[in-house]
Amino acid sequence: MHELSLIESVARLLKRSAAENGIKRITRVCLVVGKLTMALPEALQFAFETLKKDELFREAVLEIREEPVSCQCQQCQHSFTPEDFEFWCPSCGSPQVKITGGRELYIEFYEGE
Amino acid sequence: MVKVRIAAPVLQENSAAAAENRSLFQELGLFVVNLMSSPGSGKTSILERTLSHLPADLKVGVIEGDIYTTKDAERVAAHGVPVVQINTAGACHLDARMVKAALEDLPLKELDLLLVENVGNLICPAEFDLGEDARVVVLSVTEGADKPLKYPLVFRLAAVALVNKTDLLPYTDCDLDALCRDLRVVNPELTIFPVSARLDTGFAPWVKWLRERVRIKKGRGGGSHEQESAGI
Repeated sequence: MHELSLIESVARLLKRSAAENGIKRITRVCLVVGKLTMALPEALQFAFETLKKDELFREAVLEIREEPVSCQCQQCQHSFTPEDFEFWCPSCGSPQVKITGGRELYIEFYEGE
Repeated sequence: MVKVRIAAPVLQENSAAAAENRSLFQELGLFVVNLMSSPGSGKTSILERTLSHLPADLKVGVIEGDIYTTKDAERVAAHGVPVVQINTAGACHLDARMVKAALEDLPLKELDLLLVENVGNLICPAEFDLGEDARVVVLSVTEGADKPLKYPLVFRLAAVALVNKTDLLPYTDCDLDALCRDLRVVNPELTIFPVSARLDTGFAPWVKWLRERVRIKKGRGGGSHEQESAGI
């Protein structure tokens, strides 16, 4: 359940930014979550509900955009999505593979008034 | 209605604290291990065995992460090393700020090696950089050989996997070769040491690995942090 601490961090970031931008109520939050973080969207939503006792978040809707795992081979530069987390290049067989996507965890934007 | 694009990394506070820890460890030439595993895999037993195999002139400090109890810290303290307990009060992982606070209670300047035992969990700790030099994962053969492919991130970011409870292999369906193959599928650069904490076997190559890393870090007072960075 690291989702709860992730949402606590989200809340701190949003509170700070809302104060800086003179926003009193947040209506929509877009969170980008890579598949490799193993943060479950349902658990994030559940944790987000706990924020709603705060006036700032009362009407806020959390939208989660999941990003797939992606890799690039450092030998042949082939880009691919690994099946079952097998980090080998399917083109040349090299294990020298860089993870290029799937670890995202950021607030892209939020809306409020 | 106002739309604010902030593109703010959720873990930016943790990353900042981890960077502070890392630069302090660098300054001190202190090698730091983040020890992770599922509950019951034998992290604390491995830690105790490791302490007993390290030479007396290598000064070790320990940070024990636990949700509520001090049981593990008491076991480790019996070995005569400085231990700080962090109770996460329900949180399923250590974060860099908790470790930063715990450092104040350790004689850091006297230490060569700091072993941080994370909370037993294969998912959450993987996401939180503590400022360590190396992540080490313990996996016991009784947990099932499917763990590397089920929890890839923790194994992908590790430098070492200690496969524990090898004494129980005859009583399980675990195929050690297949397990090692799966570990390398997730992380081709992983160093694997099969051990049995109960029988105290297999520790020599792991302790050699640790001593070598401690020596290198002390020597150049600089880091050997090789994990894929938190940002991609």
